[in-house]
Amino acid sequence: MPAVLEIEGLRKTYKSRRRGTRNALDGFDMRVDAGQVHGFLGPNGSGKTTTLRTLLGLIRPDGGRMVLLGHEVPDALPAVAGQVGAIVESPQFFPHFTARDTLSLLAGAGEVPATRVDEVLELVGLRDRSGERVKTYSLGMKQRLAVASALLKNPKLLILDEPANGLDPGGIREMRTLMRNLAESGMTVVLSSHILGEIQLICDSVTIISLGRRVAFGPVDEVLAQHSSGAVRIRLEAVSDLPVATDVLTQAGIRVTGHPDHLMLAGVDKPASVTRLLAEKNLYVSELAPIAVDLESVFLELTATAPVPGQHRQVDESMKVGGTAQPGPAGGGWGA
Amino acid sequence: MSLFRTELRRLSKRRFTRYMTLLGLVVLAAVVVGVFLTNQKIDAGQLARAERQADQQYQEQVRWSEQERAACEQAKAAGTASDGRYPDDCSMIAPPPRDQIEAKWFLPSTFNFKETFDETLIPFAAILALVGFVIGASFVGAEWSTGGMMNLLLWRPKRLTVLLTKLAALLTGILAVTLPAAVLWFAGFWAVATFRGSTEKMTSGVWQSFVLTGVRGVALVVVFTTIGFALASLGRHTAMALGGVVAVMVVGQFGLGILLDMAGVRFAEAWLLPTYALAWMTKKITLEDWNACNATYYGECKPATMDITWQQSSVLLSVGVVVILGAALWAMRRRDIS
Repeated sequence: MPAVLEIEGLRKTYKSRRRGTRNALDGFDMRVDAGQVHGFLGPNGSGKTTTLRTLLGLIRPDGGRMVLLGHEVPDALPAVAGQVGAIVESPQFFPHFTARDTLSLLAGAGEVPATRVDEVLELVGLRDRSGERVKTYSLGMKQRLAVASALLKNPKLLILDEPANGLDPGGIREMRTLMRNLAESGMTVVLSSHILGEIQLICDSVTIISLGRRVAFGPVDEVLAQHSSGAVRIRLEAVSDLPVATDVLTQAGIRVTGHPDHLMLAGVDKPASVTRLLAEKNLYVSELAPIAVDLESVFLELTATAPVPGQHRQVDESMKVGGTAQPGPAGGGWGA
Repeated sequence: MSLFRTELRRLSKRRFTRYMTLLGLVVLAAVVVGVFLTNQKIDAGQLARAERQADQQYQEQVRWSEQERAACEQAKAAGTASDGRYPDDCSMIAPPPRDQIEAKWFLPSTFNFKETFDETLIPFAAILALVGFVIGASFVGAEWSTGGMMNLLLWRPKRLTVLLTKLAALLTGILAVTLPAAVLWFAGFWAVATFRGSTEKMTSGVWQSFVLTGVRGVALVVVFTTIGFALASLGRHTAMALGGVVAVMVVGQFGLGILLDMAGVRFAEAWLLPTYALAWMTKKITLEDWNACNATYYGECKPATMDITWQQSSVLLSVGVVVILGAALWAMRRRDIS
């Protein structure tokens, strides 16, 4: 499949006399193929929004290459802007205009037919409230309006930053269905979100960013498989056999963690080998369950942002690719 | 062109634009109505009555000076004239010449179009320049602070084109209000002069002079609107322009004025911006330095003078617009949008 979005070695450095230098993007790479729903994940401050802003010409990059729909950006951005719909961060609109006025003015600026305004209002469920001023809207309604503004162009590529933010559960489900429908109609969707369960449900592929670098990418299934630890939980017929079983499995090179009524095994390639090993010693398994990983646990592992009891993780304390968790502001944070 | 039309629509849709324009026009209308109500047409009877009152005034002055001269001579004869109440030479106490007491002092106020109309163009330009400045600042400042500018740039990524199109739409909107308002201003004061004064002695030269003053007034409105727009864009907030003006006027003008006065600087007004705005409208302002008193042959004091001309003002206004708008365009092109 052709790439709709390609980023190679993107760099953005913020310099401040008082706070020193901070690498917001440190050689970031990304690729999104046509027709996919692509999840773009990363902890707070990891560079997601900077990437999207840079891609859309709002921020000037310090290095790297970006291609949108086959055109190098930012130079060719005027040529492709009409095919890229985007919302970046929280929805922002002039509060005293109605939703219809807001969309109508955008449609005018972008030479989009006025009839498209009604279509997108219908699509995001704001048809009956379109005559109200935006300042009276809830966060979720503003979010719907933001999505409507991005869809107004009927874009080939839709970039949405936290589109489910502020939506009620019904709205989240509607948004999920909308994303899938858009992808089925041929639109490519890049979705930045912290609701990882949603990403896992909606997305075909993901890119995970941490401290300005890509730490994982690919189809969701592959990313999950790559970071599956091969964990297996087993129970035996007799709890008294657990110590013997621990010895047998340890001698076979399997990492074992004992619990009062079961064992947790790590690094198991083939669960069948466990049953064979134990059966040879007359130890009979009553339960063997491979532990599946989800995107949230992979994300927390890759970005090293899992909460630790008694510790207060700071924003920049996350995983740098090829390195370890950063202890503080040094190594990428302000003053580094 | 679609962007220009859209921005013009955006400008006219904003409530702030509508209210400020309405407020400005109401103030202008109030000025015309106020002048109409406080002036009268002078007829021959009123003129004759004023002449009589001037005569009476002169006669009173003659009587009073004769009384005082007599009192002076009496005091001198009694030897009590040394208290400083009277001059040494009592003949110095004399009434003013008859022509010094003018009949027009006793006439009600009347609006003479030829003599007074060009003065009214100064408040006209000042009020609309203020309205233009505030609307210009708000138009782009609110776009920046509410995220509208970022949204627009996602549609139209050519930053300078977007900013300059917004400015063009703004100036078109301001001119669409200012030019008809100027025509109504001329018409309004012509009506005032017709019904409450005089429209005599209007030659083509006078009309030409008024039109040129009006054109300079419109130019002043355009300049201030552009500066308000550029300052707000530079600071990416309406408050930047309004705060900047307050800072310049309070610190830069009142403060500087006091400082220059304390330092005894000659022609201190030459350092103050309103002087140049006034010189632009009146073509020339003559500043006077009363500390440098040049005695004439007749003993009167003639202060040293300095002329500020509309040409000097035009240089200052042009440099101001180029620098501030240039900075706004540079920032628009170079600065990240976050």
